[in-house]
Amino acid sequence: MNKKSLFYLAKRDALPWHKTWLIRGVAIVLALIFCSLITMLLTGLNPVQVFSTIFYGAFGTARKTWVTAQNLAILLGISLAITPAFKMRFWNIGAEGQVLIGCLACAACMITLEGKVSSGLMVVISLAASLLAGAVWGFLPAFFKANWETNETLFTLMMNYIATQLAAYFIIVWEVPKGSGKIGIINQSSEAGWLPVIGGQKYLLLILVVAVLTGLMFIYLQYSKHGYEIAVVGESHRTASYAGIKVNRVIIRTMVLSGAICGLVGFLLVSGTEHTLTTTLVGGRGFTAVMVSWLAKFNPIGMIFTSLLLVFLQRGATEISSVFGLNHSFADILTGIILFFIIGSDFFTNYEIHYQRSGKEGK
Amino acid sequence: MKKILALLLALVMALALVACGGSNQNNTTPPANNTQNEEPANTENTENTEPAPTGAFKVGFITLHDENSTYDLNFINAAKAACEKLGVEYILKTNIPEGQECYETACDMADAGCKVVFADSFGHEDYMIQAAKEYKDVQFCHSTGTRAHTEGLDNYHNAFASIYEGRYLAGVAAGMKLKAMIDAGEFTADQAKIGYVGAFTYAEVVSGYTSFFLGVRSIVPEATMDVTFTGSWYDEAAEKEGANKLIQGGCKLISQHADSFGAPTACETAGVPDVSYNGSTKDVAPNTYIISSRINWEPYYEYVIKAVQAGEKMDPDWTGTIASGSVELTELNTDVAAPGTQEAIDAAKKALEAGTLHVFDTSKFTVDGKALDSYMADVDSDAAYEADTEVVADGYFHESEFRSAPYFDLTIDGITLLDTKF
Repeated sequence: MNKKSLFYLAKRDALPWHKTWLIRGVAIVLALIFCSLITMLLTGLNPVQVFSTIFYGAFGTARKTWVTAQNLAILLGISLAITPAFKMRFWNIGAEGQVLIGCLACAACMITLEGKVSSGLMVVISLAASLLAGAVWGFLPAFFKANWETNETLFTLMMNYIATQLAAYFIIVWEVPKGSGKIGIINQSSEAGWLPVIGGQKYLLLILVVAVLTGLMFIYLQYSKHGYEIAVVGESHRTASYAGIKVNRVIIRTMVLSGAICGLVGFLLVSGTEHTLTTTLVGGRGFTAVMVSWLAKFNPIGMIFTSLLLVFLQRGATEISSVFGLNHSFADILTGIILFFIIGSDFFTNYEIHYQRSGKEGK
Repeated sequence: MKKILALLLALVMALALVACGGSNQNNTTPPANNTQNEEPANTENTENTEPAPTGAFKVGFITLHDENSTYDLNFINAAKAACEKLGVEYILKTNIPEGQECYETACDMADAGCKVVFADSFGHEDYMIQAAKEYKDVQFCHSTGTRAHTEGLDNYHNAFASIYEGRYLAGVAAGMKLKAMIDAGEFTADQAKIGYVGAFTYAEVVSGYTSFFLGVRSIVPEATMDVTFTGSWYDEAAEKEGANKLIQGGCKLISQHADSFGAPTACETAGVPDVSYNGSTKDVAPNTYIISSRINWEPYYEYVIKAVQAGEKMDPDWTGTIASGSVELTELNTDVAAPGTQEAIDAAKKALEAGTLHVFDTSKFTVDGKALDSYMADVDSDAAYEADTEVVADGYFHESEFRSAPYFDLTIDGITLLDTKF
């Protein structure tokens, strides 16, 4: 008896974008239905109410919408930063640390230069320091990888811990008041080193910066010589070498760029929004960014939608647990379910399922 | 491809059906719905995003953790009780970190029509001030903070209570227990070492454990104390570990200033008596819990809400006392406590209220072997930690008089600090 299985899988050719998004759309709808089902079974709430709360959490008021846009900008910024490295098949999972070290550099400038230079100059110095700190954090693993073939995944991961510990150390150095283990808002009364507010909206400048960055990154990857080199190195080091591309140079150059953009996001986070330093300031977004970038197939324009989706669902889930008086872990459960569905949908965009008719089965 | 779509569609429809079925059930049985949802009133409030009509008076509460933290539970209970008593609506937001989220939440509440916004954690302060600068016609009240009296904002206020008196009284109960154990021959008086699990090395915690220790010493003068720090207000594992380490180090009794059930649970397992904080922990430690001191925030909440309703000016820096009902001891566990404890507490309480007894009486403790006859405390918070106010006078350290939040940050003789580098 050679029994054939009911179906087999075949790798798809590249799907047109609208089909990919259709599959994702179905996955999101399913995820939301599953979430409301879980919420309903566990708490007895009406699913319509649950959905409207998710939406309210992200876009319910003007303020909420701005915060959602700010969260979107930060996540998108980090995703843009890691994308060149990923396109090069350089598994940089150290964005968390690269952003945090940028935050630390920015906070350091804001605290130590208080009263010594003008606010505008302080912003410029903080920006330069953040870019430099992020670039160094990106350079180190790339340098070791290029020269000694070290494993970049482990290296970048370990750099995260170093950044976290450094931040923890300096928080104790600069804590206010003594013994409280926190810095609080830096330069609260003078607002020195704070990103200027334009158009009466606190987060507008930050969002515009990331919007410009998105466009630049798209052009850089799609139309520049560097972008082409990155793509070739990603396909095969040997092909690249044969074509006369200096592989080591591309690796280091790309990671320095990656790290510097992470540093920029760190600067935007501290100078533009938070005005403080904590070890959890980045809050895992350095890792979420990997998913944003991956789901969008490393396309900066696509990443706007994937990061919007993740931020929207995240804020919605938090709103649910808050409004219905549920434990905070409930938001994490919902986010987990949603991510499971979205990542799962990637399977269907890469493979198609062929069913086998039992009638045609041979002996 | 078509088949997959058909399959998905079928799945969606099936799920939708179940979902709708569920909601129908809810509609037909509203009472069941209400019992499952613990705070129906709260839910309604949060959903109402329009500015409240003139009749409805609304207040907002921001807490760092949720009901699983004894500290936050204490606030939440007071908030609910005060609002119920005065018949005002409220919005409660739990699990708000000490960061930008606090500012966003406070602004959200102001947008939603709250006239007063309360926050409960020390680290919320900067963010509350930030919100207060933006919403001039909303009152922002922050418990345990230190900056209101110097910030010069009309709508930003701090509050605390003279909890060191409560700690002292709880220390008396602990001292009675220690004395009973010494009398029973379990150990000698010079072995009477107690342990304390603290959160941070910051004045609020220092003032708390010192007053507790002085309470113990008023009964057992030979007592010494080890203090360990966790570096977090709420870290159940670290608090449990801290308590276990103290017990292994020979501590005969444990108390804590950190907000989880970690230390009480560790004590219950090890069979070591425990004096709790923020409320009774008798449920998790029926055989070791003696007593607990707590701040009752209800009087403050009532004071603020009434003042705002009447349009009266409020104290920028309010200190609750035993007399105002803000400092309380929760149920004494007579199964564990030594006989005569209640009487000893009552006597000390009377003396405190009469002003004949002062917790930080400088004749009762020494710092580096010397009596304390002068101390400049950092009452007006600033980054440079400038000591600005003389707080020792008339033979005692005047705690919580120059501002509500504690500023006693000295290490007195007899107390050993462990793990200050958390």
